Amino acid sequence: MSARTRHNVKVSGVADGQPMVFAHGFGCDQHMWRHVAPQFEDRYRVVLFDHVGAGGADASAYDPQRHADLSGYAEDVLAILDDLDLRDVVFVGHSVSAMIGVLAANAAPERFAHLVLVGPSPRYVDDPATGYVGGFARTDIDELLDSLGSNYLGWSTAMAPAIVGNPDRPELGAELTESFCRADPEIQRRFAEATFLSDNRADLAAVRVPCLVLQCSDDIIAPTEVGRYVHEQLPDSELVVLRATGHCPNLSAPEETAEVIEAYLRSAA
Amino acid sequence: MSAPGAEPTNGYVRALVADDPLELYETAPCGYLSTEASGLIVKVNRTFLNWTGYRLDELVERRTFQSLLAVGDRIFYETHFAPSLAMEGTVREIAANVVSASGERLPVLLNAVRKDDQLGGHLRTRIAVFDARERRAYERELLAERQRAERAAREARALAETLQRTLLPPAMPQVDGIDVGGAYRPAGDGTVVGGDFYDVFEIHDGSWGIALGDVCGKGASAAIVTALARHTIRALAVRTSRPSDVLRGLHDAIARSDVDSFCTALYLTAEAVDDGVQVCLSAGGHHLPLRVRASGEIEEVGRVGHLLGMLEPLQLHDESVSLAPDEALVLYTDGVIEAQQGGELFGDDRLRQVIADHRDAGAQELADAVAAAAVAFQGQHTRDDIAVLVVRAGVLASR
Repeated sequence: MSARTRHNVKVSGVADGQPMVFAHGFGCDQHMWRHVAPQFEDRYRVVLFDHVGAGGADASAYDPQRHADLSGYAEDVLAILDDLDLRDVVFVGHSVSAMIGVLAANAAPERFAHLVLVGPSPRYVDDPATGYVGGFARTDIDELLDSLGSNYLGWSTAMAPAIVGNPDRPELGAELTESFCRADPEIQRRFAEATFLSDNRADLAAVRVPCLVLQCSDDIIAPTEVGRYVHEQLPDSELVVLRATGHCPNLSAPEETAEVIEAYLRSAA
Repeated sequence: MSAPGAEPTNGYVRALVADDPLELYETAPCGYLSTEASGLIVKVNRTFLNWTGYRLDELVERRTFQSLLAVGDRIFYETHFAPSLAMEGTVREIAANVVSASGERLPVLLNAVRKDDQLGGHLRTRIAVFDARERRAYERELLAERQRAERAAREARALAETLQRTLLPPAMPQVDGIDVGGAYRPAGDGTVVGGDFYDVFEIHDGSWGIALGDVCGKGASAAIVTALARHTIRALAVRTSRPSDVLRGLHDAIARSDVDSFCTALYLTAEAVDDGVQVCLSAGGHHLPLRVRASGEIEEVGRVGHLLGMLEPLQLHDESVSLAPDEALVLYTDGVIEAQQGGELFGDDRLRQVIADHRDAGAQELADAVAAAAVAFQGQHTRDDIAVLVVRAGVLASR
């Protein structure tokens, strides 16, 4: 199966335009970009995809070992770029996909023109030894995993057969593609662990691609100090603090998000 | 009953008196909050305040709803609750913990709807908060039970696989002048021990016993009979050279046992001779083996006798077959020909076709090809287990 089928890749916009790849974060799927991505379709070749275990991606492609940390997800991104033969890519990564983009760009810098990091965090858990503040204690992450357990209780039995693909009941698949943010509970739980227990601070200094860091106001998941830290560690980056609050400016403030990205790309061109 | 347009009914008046809208809101049997799109609380009812111990002025215009949640739930709010609300306009039955004014965690279930302004912008979020202490405790038990059940299923599967392996020879013995291959596929997901078995063993120098059978049923009771069949056949094979006597002994053993079951079996002795393999076979209620001639012709050999462990008097027959070099016998269980696709059976014709297609293959390759075809035919969901054994006359190395 090709990477574009595996990851439910959707391509729109200008066929020979500069590629712009939008990557969704933990908890949802490519629909997260539905108010932002269309605003770039008049100039860019817009590429959307789902990570394994999310949305319409093939859950059977999930490999517990390879996807145990974010580098496995970065490999998936590179497989998509490879399959579509994309170069000079503007990669827009939300939440955990910001760091997935960093890892992918470090592995194959020649493919990337810019990284746009929306609400990035290289480490969510505080690290008292180095004085790093990620915003969370380890026990908070355990609490999240617990919360996922409670909230997926109903989903797992209802949704799991649809997600793993049931050839005898194609209507389940159709239902699935029409609902947003559905995901394989077990994979999501592991994705949460891979995300919230990650430490990719050392990867920031190695980034050779110019970056835009988009920081929300009052974001509990990626607090302002973390955005500032990312900006300081990256060799070539610009930091913009959005008026938007919360962790999902792509949903709560799509206009502002698109405008800031647009302005950055214009000034960089 | 009053006519339309007449005075309000007594019921309507009573409702206004007893169910004053303000009171309906304030003392509703659930906490009820309104927030701005950012989560900032703009309105909250008394039920919520009573539960959580906050004062109205501590919350309104001062706290976001998500800031009242335990930290792990706040992450869930940002990654699931807020996106779902933004995209679908509603979220239902979200489990969370509200941290009360005294720091206590209150397990709750949340339902929320988004109210938009005329332009479709997110104006308000209305959140109903249900006390879920007992339900959550129950769910935790359910979750723990499910995890235990999943663990037990994994263990049962491992046990079934281990047991199944003990009922089949670990590897085919190397037999001079006879090429033997065997294939086995479990039914379903492999969690249940099947009733099919086969065995290949040396009776004495140069003479080999070959058995294949199908015990009625599955699971533990079938496994008992399967084990009984295998060791009974081995024990009897050294005492008697007539295949029908071996099967008769198995019949007696099953009848004597306290297990209420029966089986079908093929047993044959095989000896490599100068011009091929000399076979003597008996069939206890089992499909006769197919002989594949060097010319490509495929035919049944032998004569079917009774099922083993059921009827008296038992009738069995022995038949001698000479396999010329490159001729083969294919033994199989009904899981092969009764493999189903839709309502259609794999059947004898398809079996013969697969054999014909792999006529020149080695015994193991032919056995694997037959098993694979029967599995593929039913789309991987095997209803019954499948066993295939192939005996091909080779060339004697020692003479």
